[in-house]
Parts: sequence; C-alpha cells; structure tokens
Amino acid sequence: MEDNIMLDLRNIHKSFFIGTPNEFEVLHGLNFTVKKGEFVSIVGQSGSGKSTLMNIIGALDRPTAGEYTLDGIDIEKAKDHELSALRNKKIGFVFQTYNLIARTNALKNVELPMMYAGMGRAERTERAKMLLAEVDMTDRMHHNPDELSGGQKQRVAIARAMANDPAIILADEPTGALDSATGRMIMDIFHKLHEEQGKTIVLITHSPELSQETERIITLKDGNIIGESAGHWDRAAKEVE
Amino acid sequence: MLFTENILVALAGLKANIMRSLLTMLGIIIGIASVIAIMTVGNSITSIVNSTMQDLGANNLEMGVVQKSQDNKTSDSGANYGTGYVRDMTDQDLITQDMLDAFKAEFPDDIKYVLKYENVGEKGKVTEGSKSANVQVIGYNKDNFEFKDKKIIAGRGFLNRDFENAKKVCLVTDKLVERLYNGDNDAIIGKQIEANVGGSYYSYYVVGVYEYVQEQFSFGVSDNPTTELIIPYETARVANHNQNKGDYYFTLVTSVNTDNDEFATKVRDFFNINYYSRNDAYEVMVVSMTSMMNQMNTMIGAIQLALSAIAGISLVVGGIGVMNIMLVSITERTKEIGTRKALGATNGSIRLQFITESVVICLIGGIIGIIFGIVLGTVAVKLMGYEAAVSLSSIVIAVGFSMAIGIFFGYYPANKAAKLNPIDALRYE
Repeated sequence: MEDNIMLDLRNIHKSFFIGTPNEFEVLHGLNFTVKKGEFVSIVGQSGSGKSTLMNIIGALDRPTAGEYTLDGIDIEKAKDHELSALRNKKIGFVFQTYNLIARTNALKNVELPMMYAGMGRAERTERAKMLLAEVDMTDRMHHNPDELSGGQKQRVAIARAMANDPAIILADEPTGALDSATGRMIMDIFHKLHEEQGKTIVLITHSPELSQETERIITLKDGNIIGESAGHWDRAAKEVE
Repeated sequence: MLFTENILVALAGLKANIMRSLLTMLGIIIGIASVIAIMTVGNSITSIVNSTMQDLGANNLEMGVVQKSQDNKTSDSGANYGTGYVRDMTDQDLITQDMLDAFKAEFPDDIKYVLKYENVGEKGKVTEGSKSANVQVIGYNKDNFEFKDKKIIAGRGFLNRDFENAKKVCLVTDKLVERLYNGDNDAIIGKQIEANVGGSYYSYYVVGVYEYVQEQFSFGVSDNPTTELIIPYETARVANHNQNKGDYYFTLVTSVNTDNDEFATKVRDFFNINYYSRNDAYEVMVVSMTSMMNQMNTMIGAIQLALSAIAGISLVVGGIGVMNIMLVSITERTKEIGTRKALGATNGSIRLQFITESVVICLIGGIIGIIFGIVLGTVAVKLMGYEAAVSLSSIVIAVGFSMAIGIFFGYYPANKAAKLNPIDALRYE
C-alpha cells in the first residue's frame, strides 16, 4: 500500500437487519481511497447511504463486508476499546448539530477528547486555549453552549475536533444548520486547516455547490459511487477574491 | 483526573435540575435521617441506662425471695394458677438476720455490704407554713448508709446508736431546705419535722442535711422533685410495724475481685440449700447487675436495629428513585453519550461517569440526611431531658451506605448507557 494513503476502502458492504429474515443492504461494495492531505467531499441525496458511509469512515460502525484501513490501521480487526482509542486520536468529528456537551463550557468541551486520551490537566487546558484562539473563540471560552450562536458553536466543535491532532477531520454537513454567511466562515476555517496545516478533510454533504469547494468529489447514489470528479477549489482564485 | 471531571459534570447536572435532584434525594434523605435519629436516641438511652446502672452499682447483686418455679407441678385439681403460684408469701418465707449473719460468715471476703431498704412512703409531704416539699420516707441500714456515702453539708450523718436504738432522726436534702427554709441548712438541724404520708404523720429530728443529686433516669427537671428523707432502717421497721421480721429483698455489694456471675450462683445455692430446700413455694433468686445491664443493652440494641431496618426500607425506595431518575437522565442525554463515544470515550469511562453521578446524588442526599438526623435525634433526646450522644460510627456507616446505594442502583442505568451503540446514540433526537 502506498504510504500517502489515509483512507482505503475496498468493496465495502453494509446491511441492516430489520428483523430476520429481512436484510436491507445500504452500501453495495464501495471502493475509494483518500490521500493524506486531501480535501474530499462525499456528496449525495438523502437516502444515498452517505451517513452510513460516514459512520463507517468514522469507526462508529463496522462494515458488513469489505476492508477498511485508516492511516494504516485495519479497522476490521480492531476491538471495541481500540476503536474508541482510534476515534479519539485519529478522527476529528464535526457534526451538523455541533454536539457540544451541555452545561460544559467551550474550554471544557475542547478539553474532552484530550481528557479521554489521558492528557494532564494543565497541558490540555493550555492546548484547548490555543485551539480556541485559532478559531477566534478566546473571549467566549468560558461560556456554555447555550450562550453561544450556531457559528460560535461550530467553531468550538472544530477546535474540539482538532484536539488530539487527528489524522483526518470528518465533517458531516457542518454548515447545514447555519446561514450562508456563517457557513462561509466555517468553510474558510476548513480551508485554512487544509492549507496551513495540511489536514486531511472528508466533507459529507448533500449540497453540490459546497462540494465544489473541495479538491475531489465522490458522488453517492443508492449505495453506489456513481462518479468521481475534481472540484473547483482553486487556491489562487480564492486569494484573488 | 477523569474522576474529578466526572464529579464536576455530575454537580453541574444536579445544579441544572435542582428541584428534580432534591426530590430524587428525598428518599435517601428521609431514610438516612431516620436511621441516624434512631441511632442517636438509642445510643443516648443506652448510655444513660448504663451510667444509671453504674451509679446503682455495677458490682451489685440483687437478691430476693421469689416463687419457686413450678414448671413440673400442677395442683391436685388440675387448675393452673399462673406461673408457679402456690400461696402468698408469709413471714416464714423471709430471710432473717440469723440467715444473713451465717451468710456473711460464709463469704467474708466477697461481701462488702448488705444493703437493706425499708420504704415508709413514696409520696410523702413535709409542710412548713404555706410551703411544702415532696419526700420519700425511706430507711437505710448502716451498710446502705455507708455505701451510698451521701455528702453531708450540715449537721452529721447517722451514728451507730441511731441504728441500734431505732432513733427518730432523719437526714434531708438541701433541696428540701431550699424550698422550706430558704436554704438555711444550719437552722434546720435539731428541728423536728413531720412527714405526711397518705394521712399518716411521721415526725423525726433532723440531724443532717445532704446534697441532692438529681437522678439521671428521670424525665425533665421539676422544681419540687421527690427527695429522699432518710431515716435509720430500724426506725423505718418500727414505723411499718415490721420489727423482728425478715426481709425479702437485698442488694449485695461485692468486693472488686469477686466474679459476680459466679458468686451469684454461690449465694443462691447457699440460701436455697440451707434454708429453702423444704419451702414448698418460695426460694431465693440472685441477679447480677452486670447481667441485667447486658440484657437491657441487648434489648435496646434489638429495638434500635428493628426500627433502623424499617427506616432502611425508605433507603431502598430512595435507591429505586435514584435508579429511575438515572434512567431518565440517560435517555435525555443519549446524544451526549453518543458524542462522548465519538470523541473517544470508552464504555468503561461512560459507565464510570454515570455511576459517579448516582453516587454523588446519594452522597449529597446522605449528608443532608445525616445533618437532619443529628438535629432530629438531638432535639428528641433533649426533649426527654438528656444529653444526646451522636454515634460517629452510625455517621460513617450512613455515608458508606449511601455510597453503596449509589453504586448499586446506579450500576444498571450506567451500564445501559455504556452499552449504547454510538451511531444510535448520535442519531437520537
């Protein structure tokens, strides 16, 4: 396997059992790879299986059949607690609904993955402050989620996704609940992470326009990949804007 | 590290739902409070009983003439007269001075005092002008007087001749002097006072005043307590027309080195073999104070335990309440659990988080309960007029028990949370 491959999915099938003997196959043998440092989007209508695919990529669920390696680790063979550690260290999740922990301020939310990783208190607080500064949330870091706007919450969520310096950021409709201006700002943060820090980012979206902002677009329909195309992300053009 | 975070998260959760948290804790609070209150009251009574018995003399043997046990006997007619009743006690059944002298001669090293009482009247009254004081007119024999060692404040104690000649002399308390003679102890010495016991009048010369000590085992403080007006035993016998009769009840004060339980058997055997073997109805029974004290303590302990067990039921109910609210809380926070799992929480850390939360609820409930229980128990004991003795061990047990309830009733919900599938939890709305 090539060294610069981050995600490698081969012949991934996923079925759900809705009470025997009914078996419902959602993914019908997907094959694709994502290179290190790539910004890829997976686009598809609802019901296309993109959420199921995201769960598999995010090691939240296991494929029924097929092989999946993430940063050289074989997900098939990992035990439950190894999957927990994998999600903790290798994957940074950004959700449509932010999923910040209630009654826990922004700083503590960002500290959470580091706490689960066993990092010392002083160290993780320092790092969390640094990460919040990167998304320009320093002045609101002691606020609880219910005191933050949607855009602010999503910025905290991105800082939290970056907590353990993951191999890949997995963003599921990150702008879906935001107005277009705020959505723009969030996308800019992803671009910044991609360009300045060389992060591998997988963006899952139903929006073809948004997918155009990425380097490569994988289109999903009815559990099959129906197309792969280059996006129109052009660094130079962005700088001119 | 994770531990303190868990506690902080739990506290934040409790704060967010203060009303719900308090209602959840109520069962634990009531349960712990009642157990602590019962323990406090029980322990206080035990220590009061013990110290009272100690005052009466833990080294004492109580002996008396009682009905023979008639387990294997029925009267000729087949009628059953209760437990061993044959006939009324007569003068022939009593323990005479001769018997006592022989007894003392048999065990000179063991017997320090033979205490005799002769009660003339418990509800007596001494009147002076418009004022009166309640008294119990009671005769003490020489041994009893020496053993009780009353503190004489004015005048003198009894002399040998007072006993030998059955002199009409008495000792009164400073309490009585305070009520009737404005506390002038010296003025009353040599005066003749009259005690009215149910219409019979008894008059004695006051030879001394002794210090009144309130008995511990009495309810409340009265400004006119019944105090003992002590006269010589022999004088009291005359007053009761009991001269030359025996006694049916004594207290033996034994020497420090005597094993009372063993000696009790010897005393019983001495009297029953020598004097009561041919008595058809009566014999001598001896009870040691220590064994009485132990019996009393066992009894109080058993009552305490039974009451605590009943109160403990509310702890179980409280625990179920905690389990219920934990299940609700976990359902409410399904998405949070999913998020935590996505962020790398293991099943173990989720389980620990929710067990910690349930332990925190129970522990806070327990601490509030302990405070309530101590206050309740102390007030109850104070109302009875005693000093409260809060037992430290019951507090330690209460804290431990509420934690155990938290773990026990928190485990099932916490385990349920830990086993949630992360994708189902994340998708939950």
